[in-house]
Amino acid sequence: MKLAVNLPGLAMKNPILPASGCFGFGKEYGAFYDLNKLGAITIKAATETARYGNPTPRVAETSSGMLNAIGLQNPGVDSIMEEELPYLANFETPIIANVAGSSEEEYAFVAEKLSQSPYVHALELNISCPNVKEGGIQFGTDPTLAASLTKQVKAVSSLPVYVKLSPNTANIVGMAKAVEEAGADGLSMINTLVGMRLDLMTGKPILSNKTGGLSGPAIKPVAIRMIHEVSQAVNIPIIGMGGVTNAEDVLEFLLAGASAVAVGTANFRNPFVCPEIIEALPGVLERYGYDSIESCIGRSWNHVSN
Amino acid sequence: MIHQEAVTVMSNKQIAEATFEVELKGACVEAMTTPGQFVHVQTGGGWEHVLRRPLSIANVEDDVVSIVYKVIGQGTEWLTNQKPGQMINVLAPLGNGFPYEAIHNKRILLIGGGVGVPPLYYLGKKLQERGNEITTVLGFQHKAAVFYEEKFQSLGNCYVATNDGSYGTKGFVTDITKELYPNMDHYFTCGPTPMLQAVTKQLPIPGHVSLEERMGCGVGACFACVCKTTDAHDPKGYRKICQDGPVFEANKVVLT
Repeated sequence: MKLAVNLPGLAMKNPILPASGCFGFGKEYGAFYDLNKLGAITIKAATETARYGNPTPRVAETSSGMLNAIGLQNPGVDSIMEEELPYLANFETPIIANVAGSSEEEYAFVAEKLSQSPYVHALELNISCPNVKEGGIQFGTDPTLAASLTKQVKAVSSLPVYVKLSPNTANIVGMAKAVEEAGADGLSMINTLVGMRLDLMTGKPILSNKTGGLSGPAIKPVAIRMIHEVSQAVNIPIIGMGGVTNAEDVLEFLLAGASAVAVGTANFRNPFVCPEIIEALPGVLERYGYDSIESCIGRSWNHVSN
Repeated sequence: MIHQEAVTVMSNKQIAEATFEVELKGACVEAMTTPGQFVHVQTGGGWEHVLRRPLSIANVEDDVVSIVYKVIGQGTEWLTNQKPGQMINVLAPLGNGFPYEAIHNKRILLIGGGVGVPPLYYLGKKLQERGNEITTVLGFQHKAAVFYEEKFQSLGNCYVATNDGSYGTKGFVTDITKELYPNMDHYFTCGPTPMLQAVTKQLPIPGHVSLEERMGCGVGACFACVCKTTDAHDPKGYRKICQDGPVFEANKVVLT
């Protein structure tokens, strides 16, 4: 079965990619399997200068999920380009670089730099990180700010730009349409949902940041619902994510309207989860009567084209 | 080389209050030659528990590894119910352990607190093989929590402190180590952060600490478990506990 999908800037041999922040810069999982197996790789967010992130504890498990508040720790865009990207150049897998910042200027600075790397094929605009005090999610909850930021980044970058949407908003369709109108080439959705867990002994939040982003299977129904709504309202492709653990989940995301599917938290439980999903995907598509990835996309609402 | 393997439970028994020792048999045990490394254990069926539990290696005999764990939540509760013959998925061995290989004929002080005690036993065995003289100081909350005392006694002198004085010396490990350290060459310690802070502050001799932290991936990809370096000129300024550690030279990383 043909698994290849073509998204702006990304000629993917299959629709599976690891999600940003869950795969570092590739090296750690490259020790487990050949990264050429992946459809694409999304690397960890880059900011203008190095960021240490939040104090620990930064993670806490929840039922079928986890909270994280890493706080965009990264060595800064220059170091990423010099120290991290050359390793990924050993693979033919297209690279999506995640761009973060605390101001429009910082996003534009990072995006412009990363666009100059021969190893980066697309940008993912992180306007949805819930774990930093400035920037991040504020751009992801205000359609006007999000659109303005998208325009700025598009103006300084020749690469396709995927805007990563936050589920922490009352109007996900409005956000999606605003960034599409501003020139986004695609959407990534969803980022984590803001949550909290308390320590029963101390009565205080477990995470030092108090709140964290909820990911894992617990959020999958939210992601499916939002992709189902947004994919009917926009004409740009969606990289779907949120609690994917197996090939059946991938099919569900495709049916909801995603064109590719990212795997995040599941990598932590099973480092081989991405290649295992890729291997299982043709069988699962066949079992449910599909003969291609395209024939699944948006099937939950688009009965005409099928 | 990190292995993901379904290993077989050989035994799983309570050894102290809320503390269990599980023996696991598998091919990956052969790679567990360095004390201080850890095993990342999958708990529960399905996806209710999305994170593995990082548990330190207490001992290795042939192809069987012993792990001591404290029951603190649903994941470790699940682990207590795994019976001999059942399989557990592990990712191992992970991290960098204690640098013991070049240490010969020295006077070694092992200082453990609570579930920080186990990795020091495997380390003590390796150090004893190299002609080192082992002295151990163990700290527990109270008598019911004490374990492995006799194992450490087989390596050399072993002193126990309990917070409430219900067993051994009343107080903290540092109440004992303050008398011992002038006759020691090197220390290794693992336990709760306040204990590590007190120990590293008290002891002027060379030492290594093993850190505990809530972990995500366990392999260095997610940046959940990091600590700052004490050297302001360190180019990175941080270390990943799972990948660069969990063992660090004392006073090189900030204990928080």
